[in-house]
Amino acid sequence: MSEPFQVLTSRTVTLSQANIDTDQIIPARFLTTTSREGLGKAAFYDWRYETDGSEKPEAILNRIDPAEHRILLAGKNFACGSSREHAPWALYDYGFRAVISTEIADIFTSNALKNGLLPIVVSQNVWDDLASQPDQPVTIDLQASQIRRGNAQPVSFTVESFARECLLNGVDTLGWLQSNLPEIEAYERSRETV
Amino acid sequence: MPDPKTLFDKVWDAHVVRSETADTPGVLYIDLHLVHEVTSPQAFSEIEARGLKVRRPDRTYATLDHSTPTLPAGLNGLKPYVTAQAEAQVHRLEKNCAAHGVPLAGWGSEDRGVVHVMGPELGLTQPGMTVVCGDSHTATHGAFGALAFGIGTSEVGHVLATQCLLQRKAKAMRVTVDGRLQPGVSGKDVALAVIAAIGFGGGTGYVIEYAGEAVRSLDMEGRMTLCNMSIEAGARAGMIAPDQTTIDWLRGRKHVPADYEAATAEWLKLATDPGASFDKEVVIDGAAIRPMATWGTTPDAGAPIGTPVPQPQSDSDRKAIAYMGFTAGEATTSQPVDVVFIGSCTNGRLPDLRAAAEVLRGRKVKPGLRMLVVPGSEAVRRDAEAEGLHEVFIAAGAEWRIPGCSMCIAMNGDFVAPGQLAVSTSNRNFEGRQGKDARTILASPATAAATAVAGVLTDPRVYLREATALKQSSAARETVGAQNV
Repeated sequence: MSEPFQVLTSRTVTLSQANIDTDQIIPARFLTTTSREGLGKAAFYDWRYETDGSEKPEAILNRIDPAEHRILLAGKNFACGSSREHAPWALYDYGFRAVISTEIADIFTSNALKNGLLPIVVSQNVWDDLASQPDQPVTIDLQASQIRRGNAQPVSFTVESFARECLLNGVDTLGWLQSNLPEIEAYERSRETV
Repeated sequence: MPDPKTLFDKVWDAHVVRSETADTPGVLYIDLHLVHEVTSPQAFSEIEARGLKVRRPDRTYATLDHSTPTLPAGLNGLKPYVTAQAEAQVHRLEKNCAAHGVPLAGWGSEDRGVVHVMGPELGLTQPGMTVVCGDSHTATHGAFGALAFGIGTSEVGHVLATQCLLQRKAKAMRVTVDGRLQPGVSGKDVALAVIAAIGFGGGTGYVIEYAGEAVRSLDMEGRMTLCNMSIEAGARAGMIAPDQTTIDWLRGRKHVPADYEAATAEWLKLATDPGASFDKEVVIDGAAIRPMATWGTTPDAGAPIGTPVPQPQSDSDRKAIAYMGFTAGEATTSQPVDVVFIGSCTNGRLPDLRAAAEVLRGRKVKPGLRMLVVPGSEAVRRDAEAEGLHEVFIAAGAEWRIPGCSMCIAMNGDFVAPGQLAVSTSNRNFEGRQGKDARTILASPATAAATAVAGVLTDPRVYLREATALKQSSAARETVGAQNV
């Protein structure tokens, strides 16, 4: 499982294309797995590997050290399409801990937040600014809900409050949902008597 | 007077177990949880690791569709799975369902089908329900006035364990398609026109309600096609208020309520109240919609067939047009098509197959072109074969397969080869979606069939007009003949 997310300082890697769908993030042929582990190799597979399985040396994700590039700066409408949770599993296993875009698909956002991968939506100006200085480390402070870089003015972002709490403190979402079982049972009884 | 409510409000409000607050999302009750082999194994593992059982197996229903071969077992009796891992995934769901008492329409069941084809045809999907599945095309079930949306595997685990989800309410958008649809224009064309109008991410954060004369005029299958593709505009759910068409379609199906008339009275109350407000309204002229096809690698990159590929507005457009092998300013109707696929949760239903067969009857698939027809469920297969549709497809030179997701997601061994151009009735034209380096044009079943005959992307109205003219002239002959007797 993922670890709590508090403060992350890392360099970014930019994939500026708009509408990167989850089929790009992990092609469907890798979805026959019954595990959620070890999918980093499949992350952006067709962008990183030739048909014969050899690495594409020009692919940016093959040229960087994932341990030093924890933040993915992605084009608009990132992770649209299929609901596959294999997408955040693959990105996390590759090494990413945060994704910054001007727009991120709903289902992916929900999936990423449950797996220690922080999705952040910023304005186009902020995005352009981050993309213009790829080598300067960026600090994401979830407690303060701020992105900081060098001497630049910090940028605030919002994350759904409960998901933020879960990420910060490692709250078990399913456990919390289970704590509502008395209300769930009461709801079921109320419907059955109608 | 209570505040006027939308269809979405009414279904949502009826399922709130615990209201959302600033700090916590709401707890939303789920009436129907559909499960398939690809997005569920890790969820079963998760609840089992916690020592939990599926809380409401009676509200859970599973099928096999994504990883399953569409060719029959060989002489050795073995099913031709694409890999041992795909087979293991199927067996895993069989085991999980047996261990948790979850009903499974598996191999050998006459109910098996693509999950979003199967649910409605069994009457599992009903108006006013909340329906979820680990699959983004769950929006399909919204055609019945259900609130239906796709979830990730963690949430599949949540629903298995609690029958609930943590949710914040989405915004509401109404898409009104006014006017009368022209002959030869199908639900798929409406869907592609709507997505082109809203944009690929235009529905992000919204639940869409489809309304208007053109939407009302669609049969249930057309409505399912329209709602199915809501996610291709970024919306998690699409809904249509139940009406007489809905009631007539569901009547007599296996799992509908015993007191059907009482249920339908409630269903008809779900329609959006006059004066209810939406966060966003979009109006589209249905009479202006023509048979549509996509030119790019996102579902919103669609235009009436024959329209020149637009000039790129961005690097992403340039990349998409280059990937497709098209040229800006030129129509896409001159490129030879290699593969035609008819099927999927978008267009794998009986009227879809009828529309394709109407075009193909008495015609041949262009030599060298591969055409695959995959019924969406065992029921669709039975009904189509009873009507002899399979004979039309086979006589034309197409392959008639066993139900499954097949070439829509291309994870079962059915795929479009690298570089090939496909015209597909499925829902996604993403790079590599139908196979590595495959190129996909999305279109309706009639368009796909017309394309299979012509060998290039073709407006089906050419063939449909011929068919209509033929029918009229033979009807006229019969009338004349009758008079002569």
